[in-house]
Amino acid sequence: MVKLAEWQGKSVFRKYGVPLPRGEVARSAEEAETLVRSGAVPLPCVVKAQVLAGGRGKGGAVRFASTAEEARAAAAAILALEFKGEKVREVLLEEKLAIVRELYVSMTLDRTQRMPLLISSARGGVEIESVADAEIDRQTVDPFPGLTSYEKRRVAKVLGLSGPLVRSLDRLLDSLWNVFQHEDAELVEINPLAVVGDGLVALDAKVIIEDDASFRHPEYAEVRDDRTELEEIAREKEIAFVQLDGNIGVIANGAGLTMATLDVLKELGGAPGVFLDLGGTDDPKKVTEAFLLMARAKPASVFLNIFGGVTRCDTVAKGLVEAMRQVPSDERFPLIARIRGNNEKEGTEILRAAGVTSVPDLRASAQAAVDAARSKP
Amino acid sequence: MTVLVDKETRVVVQGITGHQGTVHAHQMRQFGTAVVAGVTPGKAGTDVEGVPVFDSVRDAVGRTQANAACIFVPAPYAKDALLEAVDAGIRLCVVVTEHIPFHDMLVMYHYAKSKGTRIIGPNCPGIASPGKAKVGIIPNVVFHPGRVGVISRSGTLTYEIVSGIKEMGLGQSTCIGLGGDPVVGTSFVDALPLFQADPETDALVMVGEIGGTAEEDAAEYIRQHFTKPVVAYIAGRSAPPGKRMGHAGAIITRGKGTAETKVAALEAAGARVARFPYEIPRLVAEALGSAHR
Repeated sequence: MVKLAEWQGKSVFRKYGVPLPRGEVARSAEEAETLVRSGAVPLPCVVKAQVLAGGRGKGGAVRFASTAEEARAAAAAILALEFKGEKVREVLLEEKLAIVRELYVSMTLDRTQRMPLLISSARGGVEIESVADAEIDRQTVDPFPGLTSYEKRRVAKVLGLSGPLVRSLDRLLDSLWNVFQHEDAELVEINPLAVVGDGLVALDAKVIIEDDASFRHPEYAEVRDDRTELEEIAREKEIAFVQLDGNIGVIANGAGLTMATLDVLKELGGAPGVFLDLGGTDDPKKVTEAFLLMARAKPASVFLNIFGGVTRCDTVAKGLVEAMRQVPSDERFPLIARIRGNNEKEGTEILRAAGVTSVPDLRASAQAAVDAARSKP
Repeated sequence: MTVLVDKETRVVVQGITGHQGTVHAHQMRQFGTAVVAGVTPGKAGTDVEGVPVFDSVRDAVGRTQANAACIFVPAPYAKDALLEAVDAGIRLCVVVTEHIPFHDMLVMYHYAKSKGTRIIGPNCPGIASPGKAKVGIIPNVVFHPGRVGVISRSGTLTYEIVSGIKEMGLGQSTCIGLGGDPVVGTSFVDALPLFQADPETDALVMVGEIGGTAEEDAAEYIRQHFTKPVVAYIAGRSAPPGKRMGHAGAIITRGKGTAETKVAALEAAGARVARFPYEIPRLVAEALGSAHR
């Protein structure tokens, strides 16, 4: 998934006609001041850190300014922040509006109903998790007729809107639906959606784009996300790679088997540090790349757990042997292997020739990986 | 028919001339499946290991009476391939293709449903009934005919578990890999009635994962309607929270979707829940033993 920062989400919103406060992005305090002086950002204004984590208001990452000097100082202070582990690279400066009420709307997927889900609440401006269930309305939207007028009227009622605000909402929900569908979004959230005068304005934007749709959305390929550097490299190579807190590296194929492997390691007292899912591949080069990536994460030991289907055991073994040749000596790690399934015999033989024994029993091999990590200085 | 496939199943492989399509068409035939046709637009008149290739699913069905499709077409074209199969009258489609955008799958699912077509998958290993037929990619070696049904959201973990059941000296009636994508054509709740009605299934193994509420929904169905013994396993107990989906995603499943809630729901429904994959075969043997007493 590609999580867009607020300003990126808002530039998507602008394309679809969602009403927004006037605002601009700045990457330095000087730029912030210039934007205000030139009138591009009206005063008074709000200066917001462009980070993906929530809770910016309480964390000092949102400040107000009524002069260009204050805008500069606010931008300088926020750009110096590291907010919940994320370095602030941009601030968004926006006009401060006279807010009458704060509401909530979002569109996401309901997996069980297999339909888009339109969520609304009159209690906006706070984290939706903290709002009582009774105050949150959910309705599925059938993809075939698409969003209908009666569904939009229901949202208007939930939000307590009347008169011109109902017409404003009608257009806004159409835009929300179009963003969700046409941008291949997993989530489009406006919180708060503000009542300003007799119209609605999206004060925040949270947009998550689905990775699988990247073939028709190349524009999101360059978006910075909250991935680590190695996770980013893995993404480019189409390897599922997640860094955790422990020190044992896990290479498996398939999400289920990978998770089951982590469960077993943890139960045996181990601490998984990297989760690498080879997926289905019959290309030894991809296996080699995966191993080299694992080496860069500097695990104390690596547990390879493969059940061959599409991925053949001999392919994995070949890729592994090649990787072991390439790993620099200071990045070497103890390797415990368990390869089963398609071409198990051939794979086991290739590994044996390279000095690696495949232990078929899951519990025993996992225990060996835990012990190896523990004994490593 | 046992569960969805049997000796009458006639498979058309969409994307048969691609590497995966060719390899798995071969494997399906080795399993004993009637693979009667392949489809690759522009390749009509050729064949893959003797299986005739057609330009369209309609042509394939007209000439070979194919009644099930196995789709290997790459993700950007998979939606079209599925809609084509549905319109050609195919009523069982196994979609092996991974990385299909869920927005495409929403259209595929609702269109297929409106025409009475069942989708298994996407991003799934498919379905196999040992001694009868296989539509998909589950390795042939893990199977042995028997009376244990298997439904799973995982791929390779399913192979691991099915293989374990075989090593225990037991066999399988039908195994379905449902796929782990956000939108699947057939969920646990959709599959459970098929196994309840299947006279060849005595016990069921259900392999779930964290995320979503499919396992909780299944538990509710089991509690109310499923009379055969169930052994369940949920992968991902140790997975860290928050590596997926944001706020709105979290609130749909409020209080559900974790390994703990899934295990608790399944245990409350009377299922035996394994803590680790290697405990499953023993629990199945116990379940069968007590069911026969």
